Amino acid sequence: MSDFLLELRCEEIPARMQAGARADLEKLFRAEMSAAGVALGEVTVWSTPRRLALIARDLPQATEAVSEEEKGPPEGAPDQAIEGFCRKNGVTRDQLELRDVKGRATYFAVRNIPGRAVKDVLADAIPAIIRAFPWPKSMRWGAASLSTESLRWVRPLSGIVALFDGEVVECEVGDVVSGRKTKGHRFHSHGEIEIAGADDYAQHLRVHHVIVDQSEREDIVRKGAKHVAHEAGLVLVEDEGLVVENAGLTEWPVPLLGRFDEAFLEVPPEVIQLTARTNQKYFICRTHDGKLANAFICTANVVPADGGLAIVDGNRKVLAARLSDARFFWQQDKKVPLAKQAEKLARITFHEKLGTVADKVERVAMLARWLVEEGIVTSCAPAKAGAQGDDAQPGSGPLPSQGLTKEELADLAEQAARLCKADLVTEMVGEFPELQGLMGGYYAREEGLSDAVADAIRDHYKPVGQGDEVPTAPVTVAVSLADKLDTLRSFFSIDEKPTGSKDPFALRRAALGIIRLIQANALRVSIGEGDLLDFFADRLKVQQREAGVRHDLIDAVFALGGEDDLVRLLARVHALQSFIGTEDGANLLAGYKRAANILKKEDWQGVEGEIARTGEEDPLAEVDDPDLKDVVAAKMELRRSKELSYTPEIAEKALIDALDTAGPRASTAIEAEDFEGAMAALASLRAPIDKFFDEVTVNDEQPEKRSSRLDLLARFRAAVHKVADFSKIEG
Amino acid sequence: MILALHNYWSAQGCLILQPYDMRMGAGTFHPATTLRALGPEPWNAAFVQPSRRPTDGRYGENPNRLQHYYQYQVILKPSPPDLQELYLKSLEVIGIDPLKHDIRFVEDDWESPTLGAWGLGWEVWCDGMEVTQFTYFQQMGGFDCKPVAGELTYGLERLAMYIQGVDNVYDLAFNGRGVTYGDVFLENEKQMSKWNFEVADTEALFDLFRKAVAECKNCLANDVPIAAYEQAIEASHIFNLLQARGVISVQERASYMGQVRDLARGSCEAYMAKETERWEAKFPGWSA
Repeated sequence: MSDFLLELRCEEIPARMQAGARADLEKLFRAEMSAAGVALGEVTVWSTPRRLALIARDLPQATEAVSEEEKGPPEGAPDQAIEGFCRKNGVTRDQLELRDVKGRATYFAVRNIPGRAVKDVLADAIPAIIRAFPWPKSMRWGAASLSTESLRWVRPLSGIVALFDGEVVECEVGDVVSGRKTKGHRFHSHGEIEIAGADDYAQHLRVHHVIVDQSEREDIVRKGAKHVAHEAGLVLVEDEGLVVENAGLTEWPVPLLGRFDEAFLEVPPEVIQLTARTNQKYFICRTHDGKLANAFICTANVVPADGGLAIVDGNRKVLAARLSDARFFWQQDKKVPLAKQAEKLARITFHEKLGTVADKVERVAMLARWLVEEGIVTSCAPAKAGAQGDDAQPGSGPLPSQGLTKEELADLAEQAARLCKADLVTEMVGEFPELQGLMGGYYAREEGLSDAVADAIRDHYKPVGQGDEVPTAPVTVAVSLADKLDTLRSFFSIDEKPTGSKDPFALRRAALGIIRLIQANALRVSIGEGDLLDFFADRLKVQQREAGVRHDLIDAVFALGGEDDLVRLLARVHALQSFIGTEDGANLLAGYKRAANILKKEDWQGVEGEIARTGEEDPLAEVDDPDLKDVVAAKMELRRSKELSYTPEIAEKALIDALDTAGPRASTAIEAEDFEGAMAALASLRAPIDKFFDEVTVNDEQPEKRSSRLDLLARFRAAVHKVADFSKIEG
Repeated sequence: MILALHNYWSAQGCLILQPYDMRMGAGTFHPATTLRALGPEPWNAAFVQPSRRPTDGRYGENPNRLQHYYQYQVILKPSPPDLQELYLKSLEVIGIDPLKHDIRFVEDDWESPTLGAWGLGWEVWCDGMEVTQFTYFQQMGGFDCKPVAGELTYGLERLAMYIQGVDNVYDLAFNGRGVTYGDVFLENEKQMSKWNFEVADTEALFDLFRKAVAECKNCLANDVPIAAYEQAIEASHIFNLLQARGVISVQERASYMGQVRDLARGSCEAYMAKETERWEAKFPGWSA
């Protein structure tokens, strides 16, 4: 068995692209080998900023010869057919073989595909892989770029090492010719180095100051950063993203710790961390009591001749310059009260059809106030059962707004809402947009605003991502909910809805944020109607799927219509899911389906149907219509009070009695939002409906009996529909 | 330092040119870069270009932000295969020892919507400081670069601060005999920051902008693309001044940028149109 080494050397590959490039290299290589019929053992891929490498083990020397045969027309078939068969298989007529198939002589085309030397397969595969490589961005370069057809690569490709069992696999791409020579570290190695084969590659590069295995470099960065922090009596703030990025920027990583002027610590720690991280790719450290330390850790790509003094000093200066800019912004911004900053929002367009950010702020302020005044957001912690408390922020003592009157809370919510976007026009957020909200919170505290308001400004964008914490402080909840509701309603009002993968205004995220706020705080609020309600239903299904809730059950509840209270809806869905999981539930569903099928087959609308034939697609759509409620009730009563003209069978009577009890019981329970109770009422129907189907013939010869029994089934269906539209439930 | 770079790049076959006598935001605007990046003819040049970025003014109070500073530009077309090595040697020439310092090529793709241009490359870090922008031009004025040019833009003040080991640009020794960068430019920075941000007559600026736009169109109509391009440079700088004065709203901003882009692209197109026939004759098989 043989080994293959491929190294594609080029100018510095962006760190963020390296992981994808390794995966693509392996994928393309495997695809090429599989197409050529080359069996593969283990495949390893590595990357550094200046090279992609692949080592494949246990390759055969040659592919196996393959014989393919194709059955053709029988002997004596028209010439045309035989010629066509030859053409299709690339053989001449005299190469055809005649074989006996069930007593008939039949032509066969046999193609013997000889085995190929794997080295030749590789020589073809390498250029194909390079040309097909899916870089996120690629470029042309050099003299060849006189034509736009010239080779493209992420940065100029400068060398190919291709060795099969130590022998050069000869190939050429663009003007790069394969060989065994490569280069070591840019500064610690000079000239070209020769590679013998797959086995000495990594070791040989190591001698020339290149650690080709990215996971080894990541380990050096991870442990080295921790180590230098520890040496300085500090604790590293771990950051896996930075580990990978620094490993992708170096061939020989050397973490070094430096200090910056303590005076910069007056700037909020998030600003320092962001500056150090995004601009400079530095780690930061904390002291043992958890405070940000005036230290940074950079990762050099050389073993410095002076132990790193010059490098650390240079990096310190760069960081100092950046921090002095940040401090300048901090000091400038603090001079202007947020209320004054907020005035400038009138100059920023929110959306051409939706006015300025100031207009939006005005709407949000009114809505936040309304949410409190309507008692939707209150100053107490969530009390109502059914709240999904696990989503909420971990409890942290009394909330600053506890014990406030409704009016006081409304004032705070409005105040916070009016200031929540003011930091968008500060210098700091102009420089670091990702600090929006957070900076507003800092500035609010600096000017002495209450913690409740400052917290609300800071946290009103939350929850942002899946794992983000959900606000529970009432002022924050009011502002956050108002902001997101306004965004959704506004964009829906101008028909800017997300389509497919396009969601330029992040409306899906806003909807999800609203759902999570409502759940975590058990808020009883109507979220919308029409398209907007459907949009919420879709978002809810996606979100609940992850929590293990069946989407068909959500559909079953939404299908009842008129439900825009998510807390109630989810309580009902959860009760339904547990019920469907029980034996009673599963059997009742089966009974329902059977009843519904019979009714459908007979096109039997029942009493409700008679009234509700309104031309709506769903004949039951109008049953809940308040205007029709009395009519329906009266007619129902009339029909029910009609004595049966015959003696019902025992099972029939039992079902009538069960419905007489279960119907009102389910209604009462639903009214009280006791969905377990409603499910229990349904469960009581299971035995009677089973028995009914076992013992009673619906399609009786007597029309009277048949009609009464169909009515009874319609009643049963209507009773079930009080809880959920079981026709939407799968299974 | 400038002399050392001139000597070095001259030895590599570059023409040594002089700064362009117009206000511009970056050396890339110099016609020796923008216009010469178009077309198939080889072109190797190096020059200093003063760059003006009105919004970067800090009234002389920031140790390394200036509204007027110097860039050193090198353009090599087609890009030579050893451009990175050539560049690293130039750093050694001006006194940066790559074993004592940490030199890194960090992804930074360049794009100038104004010039309808983009390229891939890096910002070169020296101990975490960006000292050079290194770009392989892929498009200029909306045209594919055929062939691709390599462009190096050194930040001269930053490099000098580095080499001299000073933290503040105004402390740079200008001549080694006691005259500092601050002696030469501090007052200039203060006054120009004030003018850029507070004093400049915005009505006059709007007027200048309109006139530059009109003159550019006049030039294009009369088939003098180089003159048209100068007006595009002018319009671009006036736009930057208006931005610094804070009198262009967010909505208007896009429209002004669009106008400048149209001028720059129009000039490039006219330049290409004027030269294409000659280039096609000289480089068989080449086409725009």
